[in-house]
Amino acid sequence: MIPVQFDYLAPTSVEEALAALVEHGDEAKILAGGQSLLPVLRLRLNAPELVIDLGKIDSLRGVRDEGDAIVIGAMTPHAQVQTDPLVAEHAAVLHEAVQHLADVQIRHRGTLGGALAHADPAGDMGAPALALDAQFVIAGSSGTRTVDAQDFFVDLFETAIGEDEILTEIRIPKHTGWGAHYEKFVRVAHQWPIVAVAATVRLDGDTIAEARIGLTNMGSTPLRARAVEDALAGQPATEDAVRAAAAHATEGTNPPSDLNGDADYRSHLAGVLTRRAVLAAIGR
Amino acid sequence: MTRISLTVDGEKVSDDIEARMLLVQYLREKVGKTGTVIGCDTSNCGACTVHLNGQSVKSCNVLAVQADGGEVATIEGLATNGELHPVQTAFRECHGLQCGFCTPGMIMQSIDLLANNPHPTEEEVRVGLEGNLCRCTGYHNIVRAVMYAAEHGSSDSVQSEGASA
Amino acid sequence: MTATQERPADVQAEIGRDRRRKEDQRLITGRTRWTDNLQLNGMLHLAMVRSPFPHATITNIETSAAKDTTNVVAVLTGKDFGEELGVCINAWPITPDQKTPAHSPMPADRVAFAGEIVAVVVARTAAEARDAAELVEVDYEELPAALELKAAAAADENGGAIAHPDLGTNKSALWVFDSGEAGTGGDVEEAIASARTDGIVIEREYRQQRLIPAFMEPRSVVVDPTGEQLTMWSATQIPHILRFALAATTGVPESKIRVIAPDVGGGFGGKLQATPEEWITWAVARRLGKPVKYTETRSESLISAHHGRDQWQKLTLAAQKDGTVTGLKVELLADLGAYVALVGGGVPVLGAFMFNSIYKFPAYHFACQTVLTNKTWTDAYRGAGRPEATFAIERIMDELAVEVGVDPLEVREKNWIKHEEFPFTTVAGLEYDTGNYEAATERAKEMFGYDDLRAEQKRRREANDPVQLGIGISTFTEMCGLAPSRVLGSLDYGAGGWESATIRMLATGKVEVVTGSSAHGQGHETAWSQIVADRLGVAFEDIEVLHGDTQVSAKGLDTYGSRSLTVGGEALVRAADKVIEKARPVAAHMLEASVDDLEFTGGRFSVRGTDQGVAIGEIATAVFAAHDLPDGMEPSLDSEATYDPVNFSFPHGTHLCAIEVDTETGALKIRKYVCCDDIGTIINPLIVAGQIHGGLVQGIAQALWEEAVYDENGTLVSGSFVDYLLPTAADTINFDIDHTTSPSTTNTLGTKGVGEAGTIASTPAVVNAVVDAIRHFGVTDIQMPCTPERVWKAVNGGTHGGTEDTEGAAMPHFDEAEPGNSSTEGAGA
Repeated sequence: MIPVQFDYLAPTSVEEALAALVEHGDEAKILAGGQSLLPVLRLRLNAPELVIDLGKIDSLRGVRDEGDAIVIGAMTPHAQVQTDPLVAEHAAVLHEAVQHLADVQIRHRGTLGGALAHADPAGDMGAPALALDAQFVIAGSSGTRTVDAQDFFVDLFETAIGEDEILTEIRIPKHTGWGAHYEKFVRVAHQWPIVAVAATVRLDGDTIAEARIGLTNMGSTPLRARAVEDALAGQPATEDAVRAAAAHATEGTNPPSDLNGDADYRSHLAGVLTRRAVLAAIGR
Repeated sequence: MTRISLTVDGEKVSDDIEARMLLVQYLREKVGKTGTVIGCDTSNCGACTVHLNGQSVKSCNVLAVQADGGEVATIEGLATNGELHPVQTAFRECHGLQCGFCTPGMIMQSIDLLANNPHPTEEEVRVGLEGNLCRCTGYHNIVRAVMYAAEHGSSDSVQSEGASA
Repeated sequence: MTATQERPADVQAEIGRDRRRKEDQRLITGRTRWTDNLQLNGMLHLAMVRSPFPHATITNIETSAAKDTTNVVAVLTGKDFGEELGVCINAWPITPDQKTPAHSPMPADRVAFAGEIVAVVVARTAAEARDAAELVEVDYEELPAALELKAAAAADENGGAIAHPDLGTNKSALWVFDSGEAGTGGDVEEAIASARTDGIVIEREYRQQRLIPAFMEPRSVVVDPTGEQLTMWSATQIPHILRFALAATTGVPESKIRVIAPDVGGGFGGKLQATPEEWITWAVARRLGKPVKYTETRSESLISAHHGRDQWQKLTLAAQKDGTVTGLKVELLADLGAYVALVGGGVPVLGAFMFNSIYKFPAYHFACQTVLTNKTWTDAYRGAGRPEATFAIERIMDELAVEVGVDPLEVREKNWIKHEEFPFTTVAGLEYDTGNYEAATERAKEMFGYDDLRAEQKRRREANDPVQLGIGISTFTEMCGLAPSRVLGSLDYGAGGWESATIRMLATGKVEVVTGSSAHGQGHETAWSQIVADRLGVAFEDIEVLHGDTQVSAKGLDTYGSRSLTVGGEALVRAADKVIEKARPVAAHMLEASVDDLEFTGGRFSVRGTDQGVAIGEIATAVFAAHDLPDGMEPSLDSEATYDPVNFSFPHGTHLCAIEVDTETGALKIRKYVCCDDIGTIINPLIVAGQIHGGLVQGIAQALWEEAVYDENGTLVSGSFVDYLLPTAADTINFDIDHTTSPSTTNTLGTKGVGEAGTIASTPAVVNAVVDAIRHFGVTDIQMPCTPERVWKAVNGGTHGGTEDTEGAAMPHFDEAEPGNSSTEGAGA
């Protein structure tokens, strides 16, 4: 319950934070909202020498409109993402998913960037970020780079963020008018999802013009269900069509087995939840 | 050691602390606010819920240094001049507590919930309290208490429906 | 001089009134007295070093690095202590030949479960103690570990691992009851043989998964050795038993020991224990002569505080073709874990008397083999033995109904004791004093809308609805009010079952009530005040209830087994009656009347046929002054009573549960839950409702969510609240509860006890509902907890059906890379 001793730094600019990262290298740990890091520290599963708190860098917070995309500061708390009108309008599936992330208290402190950088495959933010083709703006001492969502998640708790880099923004191409739903399956409410599906769909009349599907906890990273997307494109927005497409949900997945369910069960769930998520997204 | 200064239940406090000290430990060990308790080490139980700058947070999941310059409200600051907060009254009226260990967190979260949604449905109350565990009440009377507080909104004590609920 | 107001005779009776609790003011304002809140001058803090292995020899413990740390006062291991460390005791050796492993609070040579304490660090702050604990290097030589219950039970035959090699076997004790031998019924083997030829025989095996009591307040203990007396504050249900056990095992005279259970945050049986943590803290404080504190983390609590349940239950039920049961045979395997705990093997034995439940079974045989394994020790958890029994019999009665082809309520009614048959001596040898199963069932059915829900179930089945509806029934009884001391003696339990109460009449007319029960959420301060207010006719507000401190409440046997009201409440009544009898001659003297002409009503002695009278408070004041008392009269009205119950009490009830099963995912949704419980006289309906609600959710949680899961290495996988799934408000529903009342005849108030009823009844009601919903898929059982995965597999007839063991692995949310991987930002769960 008591973390190991560490030094604490609360820089007020990204540059200052990066300088500290460069100086302390792998002995430093970034603190965003802390809602996963603090349990890790309390349980002494990690023992950094320095904690760099990004909480005082105001420029990392907020949501702004950039024409064809919205940009969410990495340190924007979930509660703000949840209520932000830009997010609701242009990134509906993120808006849907964030309501189901952990609980109210966690959403008050936890941040979008922190959740994504933590890269827990059972985290609720990865699948919608993938489904929305989010881009991750990562700052390093030699400048910033942008990483596509599909390249951002590398492995369990591992992302494309380098040792001396910081995730600063999440850029989400506008999906205005897309239907969206996040279907989360848990045994008790305060649990991470056993499996969840983020679906966002653009309808053209009664036809599914295009669909984007993200899967939570179906592998060591959040995954895109591209086979389902391909199967849905151009199909009529009917239950039968969606059912048929959802059968492809497990392609390319490698779900874990644990006390909440084995891989077979998760694979089955992925299909059912994908169907339900897509149907809900198209209002069926 | 880091110097922090903040407001706890309206009083200014300042201490030298280790960076690793959690806000809940700071409240309990340094400020003497033992009304706020620790129920777990994975931030599941919510027993340590306080308000930081007007929002409910799990104080085991915040470093005390992160609260520097902030305002913290705990269960101990709710009653003013001997008058209970309406949510405190509601918990007593509706028997929303038994052993009372989860109660500080439950009450603080309930206040946050009602601040954002003054007239919640039963379902909204249940979902709004999903970050707080109770082992005694089966939640039935906690939910009833929050609904009661929403309905009454004052600290008037009236006869409630009793046990038949 | 008296500040108390007389209570008019026509004032509302306190018993039966939904008084708001006296306890609440401090609890809702945070002015609490949890053990961990205590700070004493010079207090030192402990951190425990615990074994990561389930079974290992300790070959060396290197403590020097930890000892050399600034602000560390001492690092102690089992080798540093002698007999003064004491032992953890088993108070109930269930058979004379029970094999009981030696249980040191801190073994020096060998650990027997993962989480066992091997060293303790004492430092000026808890943080420093924790830091130094990481510097203690322990060398272990791993030993084969006995983990799985059935395998451990068969180790004698299969050469498997032995939990305690010195015992030579994992089998601790075999406890048998046979109605033929006891003369309480017939021969069960005959009944089964006969049913095999011309009747119905149902054989089932049920699993009672391992559970964790998971009280919300982690355990904490403070010991202050300053001065002559040693004081222990502990988050315990049993301050009195602790005091006795400390004296008996650590060599400190009982008269030098004070144990205080201040505000205690729940127990559910989980704090009915004499723990290694308490004994170690005690020993360290004595060794160092300083106050010390130990507060466990939740993770420590989950691996080291005792667990509950964990049985395999094999049942053979014999019946006639019409569903009349002719015999029941029960064979249990019960997992004790690594040690035989305080009650230990007594837990399943308590269930021995309850498998026959509310039914008139003519023959009954019960055998329980307790088994040692290298897992956390097990002991009482809410219901203790009785939920297991109730679950098994209520599950198999449903199976009988299916076999006979009748509604499950019908087969129950055919076999249950009719209300006119009370008192009834059961095949297990207990005498049930009162009950009315028909009335409770009728009321429950009415509240439930039983027929409508059955009709809906039929519709959904016929329509092949993906969401199926199941109805679960549990008609339960339990034995409460533990316990008649003679019965306990006959079962070789190490203590009695009486309870004590003292009433002190203060000079101002206020009343102090001292009880030997030790509440930790049950509301004794309120309910006891109501009882005494009615009995003595004093105002509810004028009564102060004192408990939980052996210096204040010197005598008591504490709170567990739904005993406080039925046993402690009766002691209270008797103490109050003694006060009245003591006051009577004083009243006569004051009123210048004969005692024979006095009547006592509404707190007032009055002379029959006159308006002359004197209130009990006025008498208390007069006795305090003692200026003018009858000759030879002792100047005190204070009275004590110790009550030993003559029988158990037998609450019962009918619980009905409707569950929706999503056959596509296996997800379960509780649609409706109603219960009608007969718990005898109700003192405070508000408190009773709370006890039932909470009990229901704990029982439902066993059915649906909770399980302590170990992996093949003996590590508790569900070792945090991330994986040990307690339900939240969002997972539960509102309950419809009601009561019928047939007062108990074994105590003056007619109470029966309510603390465990909800838990005992609800588990089978829920599982019966789940199975009922999907029985048409060929499903006859789902192992608890009924996870969506198990339900889905059962529906789909997977190779393992619905009874596969839980996977011994958890989601790795917090298992991050080693320090340095700064690419993993920490945020947002």
